[in-house]
Amino acid sequence: KLRSLAFEKATPGLDKLTPEQKVISHNNFYEFGAQKNQPAELSQSFNVNPWQLTISGEVEKPLTLDYDDLFKRFTLEERIYRLRCVETWSMVIPWIGFSLASLIKQAQPNSKAKYVAFETLYDPKQMSGQSNRRLGGGIDYPYKEGLRLDEAMNELSFLSVGLYGKTLPPQNGAPIRLVVPWKYGFKSIKSIVSIKLTDQMPPTTWNILAPHEYGFYANVNPTVAHPRWSQARERRITSGGLFAQNRIDTQMYNGYGEEVAHMYKGMDLNKYY
Amino acid sequence: MTVSKKIFLIKSVIHVIALGLLISQYYLAIGDQLGGDPVKAIIHFTGIGAFNLLLITLTVTPIAQRFKLGYLMQVRRLLGLYAFTYASCHLLSFIAFDLQFEWQLIIKEILERPYITIGMLAFLWLVPMAVTSIGVIKRKMKSRWQKLHYGNYIIVTLVAIHFYWSVKSELIEPGLYIVITFVLLWLRKDRIHKIFTK
Repeated sequence: KLRSLAFEKATPGLDKLTPEQKVISHNNFYEFGAQKNQPAELSQSFNVNPWQLTISGEVEKPLTLDYDDLFKRFTLEERIYRLRCVETWSMVIPWIGFSLASLIKQAQPNSKAKYVAFETLYDPKQMSGQSNRRLGGGIDYPYKEGLRLDEAMNELSFLSVGLYGKTLPPQNGAPIRLVVPWKYGFKSIKSIVSIKLTDQMPPTTWNILAPHEYGFYANVNPTVAHPRWSQARERRITSGGLFAQNRIDTQMYNGYGEEVAHMYKGMDLNKYY
Repeated sequence: MTVSKKIFLIKSVIHVIALGLLISQYYLAIGDQLGGDPVKAIIHFTGIGAFNLLLITLTVTPIAQRFKLGYLMQVRRLLGLYAFTYASCHLLSFIAFDLQFEWQLIIKEILERPYITIGMLAFLWLVPMAVTSIGVIKRKMKSRWQKLHYGNYIIVTLVAIHFYWSVKSELIEPGLYIVITFVLLWLRKDRIHKIFTK
């Protein structure tokens, strides 16, 4: 069911890619089950066409993108990003898509726009985790995320419509998802239907659920521990079984400090975790 | 069927299931055939396996009493030892494959993370229980043996909290385990009352 995409290829970096099979079988997407293997198993009949993504709120030109627009409105490019999960595992994934900034610019944010709020599709009929509390991990749907406007406009913030050369599999957030590589993975919201520019900091799903464990910013930061585990190091998921020696130091901002650190100058990162 | 044959049969089934599952899961994990993150998968499997075995061990006595099957009591030791084996694999896999022998971090995690601290306490209590399951030692300990093994009630409570505190948000499964634990302890409320008032 997945299609090949035409895109500008990225130049490979130093990080070894996580095998495609692992990228598409180890997922946190509670809408299709809270166990890592469940999204791949329970999402295969998920229908993403037709799709509607609206850009609304504090903008001059509200937009609605349909399924074909997602792939045609912008030139697609490949970006190889590290993904650091708050649970201390990480992957290296070749995404395909376009920058979030290019989309937001088309909608022309007005002067009141300070934040960007994202929402995942709410469709309990298709997403069994949304209708079944046991499967869905007890979180309130639809899943919500948010960024400050300058974070959203940062060149690294990316809307992905594919990975490994093809359209996104449902378990990875088809047809379109966010990728913010300097933040913990839960910020990179999947299967987005709404992007809304706001003047207030929007509520975000994990922050509502456990505010002392998951902040609004959720920047990757080895010096601020999660209350239940250290964030100093991570296990890079590549190939190799139990004996793979894959523990590495977690880098500040997941190694993207050069591009993003300036946005947090003077902020107490212990407080704004 | 004679009683000794029945016991042999039950014990064989326990060996096949408990040992068979353990070996097959490690075999898959070592060969990278256990999902995207075999490390987390094996830690979860051995942890929940140890908890299941502890609960099954605690179910034997009420069943044996209710259905007048006294001989069942003889399989408790085997079940308990498998619970200890699974718990050991759980802890060792955490140390060896998750934290990969970073001892400073391991010690820090045990001391600073309450859910790991109580999991560790439960494990430490299991050690003398496993050691004293040897017949000679058991006989030498006389009544003190029973007292030590009442510790199981505390262990299973600690393990229930350990599981509940360890999850991110999916509380239904650990919640269910807490209810089962509570029921099994409730069935022994008179004995537990005696232990604490004597």
